[in-house]
Formats: sequence, C-alpha cells, structure tokens
Amino acid sequence: MKLSRTWLSAAAALMLAVPATAHAKDYKVGLLLPYSGVYAALGKEIDQGFELALQTRLGEMAGSKIEIVREDTEVKPPVGLAKTRKLILQDQVDVMVGIVSSGVLGAIRDFVHQSGTPLIVANAGNDDATGARCSRFITRVSFSNGQVNRPMGDWLYNKGVRKVYTLAPDYAAGHQMIETFSAAFKAAGGTIVGGEFTPFRTTKDFGPYLTKAQSAGPDAIFVFYAGGEAISFVKQYASFGVADSVPLYGSGFLTSPLYVNAEGPAAKGVVTSLHYVPTIESPENAAFVKAFSAAYGHAPSEYAVQGYDAGQALVEAVKSGATDRAALAEALGKVRFTSPRGPVEIDPATNNIVQNIYIYETVQGDGTLTQKILDVAKAVRDPVSGCQK
Amino acid sequence: MTADASFWIVQTLNALQLSMLLFLLSVGLTVIFGLLHFVNLAHGSLYALGAFVGVSASAFAGSYWAAFAVAPVAVALVGIVLYVALIRRMRNAGPMNQVLVTFGLIFVFLDLFRLGWGDIPLGMAEPDLFSGRTEFLGIVYPTYRLFIIGLGLVVLAALSLLLSRTQLGAIVRAGVDNGDMAACLGINVERVFFVVFCLGCALAGLAGAVAAPVLSVTTDMGTAILIPTLVVVVIGGLGSLRGAIAGSLLIGFVQTFGAVLAPQAAAVAVYALLAVVLILRPAGLFPARG
Repeated sequence: MKLSRTWLSAAAALMLAVPATAHAKDYKVGLLLPYSGVYAALGKEIDQGFELALQTRLGEMAGSKIEIVREDTEVKPPVGLAKTRKLILQDQVDVMVGIVSSGVLGAIRDFVHQSGTPLIVANAGNDDATGARCSRFITRVSFSNGQVNRPMGDWLYNKGVRKVYTLAPDYAAGHQMIETFSAAFKAAGGTIVGGEFTPFRTTKDFGPYLTKAQSAGPDAIFVFYAGGEAISFVKQYASFGVADSVPLYGSGFLTSPLYVNAEGPAAKGVVTSLHYVPTIESPENAAFVKAFSAAYGHAPSEYAVQGYDAGQALVEAVKSGATDRAALAEALGKVRFTSPRGPVEIDPATNNIVQNIYIYETVQGDGTLTQKILDVAKAVRDPVSGCQK
Repeated sequence: MTADASFWIVQTLNALQLSMLLFLLSVGLTVIFGLLHFVNLAHGSLYALGAFVGVSASAFAGSYWAAFAVAPVAVALVGIVLYVALIRRMRNAGPMNQVLVTFGLIFVFLDLFRLGWGDIPLGMAEPDLFSGRTEFLGIVYPTYRLFIIGLGLVVLAALSLLLSRTQLGAIVRAGVDNGDMAACLGINVERVFFVVFCLGCALAGLAGAVAAPVLSVTTDMGTAILIPTLVVVVIGGLGSLRGAIAGSLLIGFVQTFGAVLAPQAAAVAVYALLAVVLILRPAGLFPARG
C-alpha cells in the first residue's frame, strides 16, 4: 500500500514536470487587421511581414510555438471592438497584434487596457495612442504621425526653403502630420504662408486647391496624402505644372513604394520622409527584402516592415521568458533589436518606437520608380506628451 | 489670396472640368431613371468598371486610346448582361426592390474589382496627344483637362441632336413623357429602353476611362462618385438632358468654388444646395415631365 502511494505521487510529479521541461509554453496571438475595406492592401502587407518574422525567427524561441488567430476589422471601429472582445475573452489570446486605422485603435484602447492584454500596434499612428491616451499594455512598433514629419521641419529650412504651403486630408492623422511639421518648420525659422485641409476621401479633384496654393507664392508645398488620394494628388500636381515653380515635399506615405508606380513619372523628384524605404543599405534590410520578395513576389513596403517588426518584437518578448499577459506587456515595453529600418527600441516613457527617419527622393530606377535616400535623422524619439503609463 | 483674373479663369476651368465628368455620368443615369423609372444604384460601379477596364486595356495595348475605345464597349456589354439577367425582370418590381437589387450589385462589383485588380490603387497615363499644358488667355492649363471639357461638350451636343432631331430621340421623348401612350401608338418601348440603357452604360464606362488619368483608380471610386451623381440627377430633374447639364454645372461650380472660398464648408455646400432645390423645386430644375 505504502509503496503504491509513493509510486503514484512520483508519477504525478513526473506528469506535472514533463510539460514544463520538454516543451515550452505555446502562445496564441490575435492578429487584428483590415482584410477588407479601404485598407485591405495594408492589412495584407502587415500580415505577410508578421508571418515572415515568425518563420524566420522560429528557431530562437526554445520550442515555443505561436498560433495565430486572424480577425478582420473591416476598418470599422465597432467591428474592431467586437473582434477584440472575441479575441481576448473567447480565444483567450496572450497578445494582440495589428490595427491599421487609428479610429479602430481609439475604439479598442480602453478594453485592451482594462483587460490587461498586451497589444503590439503595427500601423495606427495617432500621436495620442502613445501620448495622452498611452497604456502600459500598448506598444507601438510602427510610427507616430508626428515622428515621421518632425525631422522635415529642420531639413527643409536648412535646404533654404523659407515659405511653405501645406495640404492634407481633414482628419486626425492629416492634422497631426501637418501640425507637427509646421511646428518644427516654424521653430527652425520658416514661415507657413497658408494651408488647407481637404475633405477626407471625398476630394477627387485637387485642382482648386493646387491653384490656390500656387497663388500663395510659397517656396515649397508640404503635404500628407496616402493611398488613392496620394495618386490623384501627385498626378494632378504634375499636370498643373506646379512642379516647375514650387517643389513638392511631404510625409513619405505620399510616395509609398506600395503604389508609387501608379503615380508614374509625376512622382519623380518628390522628396518625403518616412521610417522605412526598401533601398536602405544594411545586411538586415538586404536579407529582409530578399526573403520577403521570394515569399510574396514583390518588394516590401513600410507596412510590411511594420508587420515584420511586430513579429520581431513578439519573438524578443518571448525570448525574455515572459509567459503571461502582464509579463509580456512588461517585456514588450523594453525590447530593442536591429530592424531592416535600422536599430530600433521601445521608449520606456511612452511605449512608442524610437527609430531612424529617412528623407528620400523618388527617382527612376530600372523600369520602375525607386527611392534614393538623401538624409537620415537618427533615433527619432517622440516627446513624452502627457503619457502616464 | 490673389484676386487676379487668371486665378479665377483657372478655377472656372476646374469647375467646368468637374461638371463635364459629372455630366457624362449623370446623363446616363437620369435618362434611365426618367425613361425606365428604374433606380440603378450600380451606375457608379459601371463607371469604376470603365476605369478598371481602361487601365488594363491601356496597359495591354500601350496606348490611352485603347482604354477610350474598349471601356465604353466593355461596360455596355456588361450592361446588356445586367439588363437581360436582372433589370428586365425587375422592371415592374417596384422601386424598393430595384434599389435593393442594384444596391447589392454595388457590393458584387466591389468584390469583383478586388478579385480582378487587387486592393492597391492603380493609375493610368494621359494620352501623349493631350499631355502637358496649354497656354491661352494668359493662363497655363493642363491640356488633358481641356480635352475632358471638350469631350463633355461634344457628348452634350450629340445627345441633344439625337434627342431633338432623330426618330429615336422623338421615341425616347415620347417614352419619357408617357410610356403607355407611346406603346399604344405601336412603339416598341421595351426595345427603346434597352438601347437607352446600353447607351447610358457606355457613357458611364467612357466617364471611367476619361477620369482614370486624372484620378486614382480604386475599388471604391464607384461608390464615391454615386452620391454626387444622384445629387445632380435630383437637382436637375429626372429624365431630362437639360436637367443633367444644369445639375452638373451647378454641382461642379459649387464644389470647386466652395473649396476655394469656404473650404470648411465645401463638404456640405453641395447638400445645402440640394436641400434648397428640393424645397423650392421638388421636381428638380428641369423635370422631363411637367
């Protein structure tokens, strides 16, 4: 009798011990992206980048496996919130990754924060998400609207530009990008001679705005447009001949490699700033571009690298030994690694990424347009504006 | 802001260019509306189809003019399929069912565009003949935009000749005025409807191909243009060519000069105009039927 009890407890101890030593913890990731709607192309790029990072660095996680549960936000805040609830409550994910639209991020922020689930933001750039509404559970590996544009203020002034006219769509990101640039440009000594915020997504004809901008007599025009609006804007800018007298500068999404070829020759010579371009010369980027192109048949965009780095950040957090949600969030806030876009780290004060910003010109390559890097602003860090984690 | 003449001439041309694009779209919609009493919400999707087909055609043939020729034909063919498969059956189903069916078509087309052309916006080059800029009256203006204005005027002239001087035009006018009476007089109203529907589709396709070099070609371009087009049709009055051109000019000018003079109000200016017209002239400015 005594013997069998001893034997049983030994067996029980062994059963408990086996899972802990032989295989490491497996993680469940909720990947929440727009797979339909206006940002579907961006969702796909982020998804592909994320998958590639996990595949590439699978071997480093000591046997841990990562299971991905995908959900579609449809770029609608209420849908995003419902899917977030499902991922956190029903699927019990350890960590969430994704979010393209800042509108969706705003809608899910409180639920994510209160549930204590770590969220790696792979696009949404609203300054407030790592500013006044920051959370210790929300880590952003993409960019903030201000971060991308701030270095252009000094840079343009040093290039001899004194008077700038600004244009952007009339929504939160448009305002933040332009206001950050304007503040930096004015601080450097420049003057904003005028500007306009055009109705978001309903403006097809920029002719009236371009004519008005030209008549204000600026040295340069600085704009933020993305996607379809960027294509329309750049083409119409060229067709009105504004380029001959007033050069175009902007936020790098204007000439994103994702769609710059649809803009055609009109995009040549446009100078913008962004956190990633495929032509960065580093071994990490060369390997990334090669692996991504081989896997998906096209060169990676800044969105792909954001997905890739969301994956890298997760791998780093797993490697640190974090197993539960709180520990993962803690670990994510401290990661630092070498990204295809250069050295990156998470700012412990805001949980926003610290990264290089590349000022690049769109130039003609072999058959397609490519990016020529003119300057690099190193380790750009956002000010701690109201963030109390 | 500068108040010199050239600034206002350029803005007037901007307004005219937008008006003509709206006219190409709304004229098909309004005649189908007026003649068939059919609410075709998928008209915007046909415009987008014209743009997508145009992008592919011009890329395939290496010339803009391939798009110009192929897009209207292809969209008219799709129109024929729609007419035979759906619209003929829905003729007497009442406006609510028609709205539901054509509203559903919008989503079908959206997904077809995504499957066929992907989610990334596309662009198309201007024809070499009209690239660059033209100088006149002391201003410099993109030549392609002048081409759009010219094309709109040509279509307007052709349609008004067709309606006022030909037998088909007389039949269409009779059909819009009183379809039952026209049928009693031995006119095959159904066949006229079919021809008019195809023509409307072809014009939507043409508008798509013409707009593609100026705008970006996106899957949602059809839904984005639908509302302004419906506003044009309602302001102008259902079923009339005069209404379509008057409505297009009004919207084109209000939108352009709204953007110049009061940018904050530009988005609502069009709807304010719509409300005013509906209060003062509920049937529109130039209704086909008195």
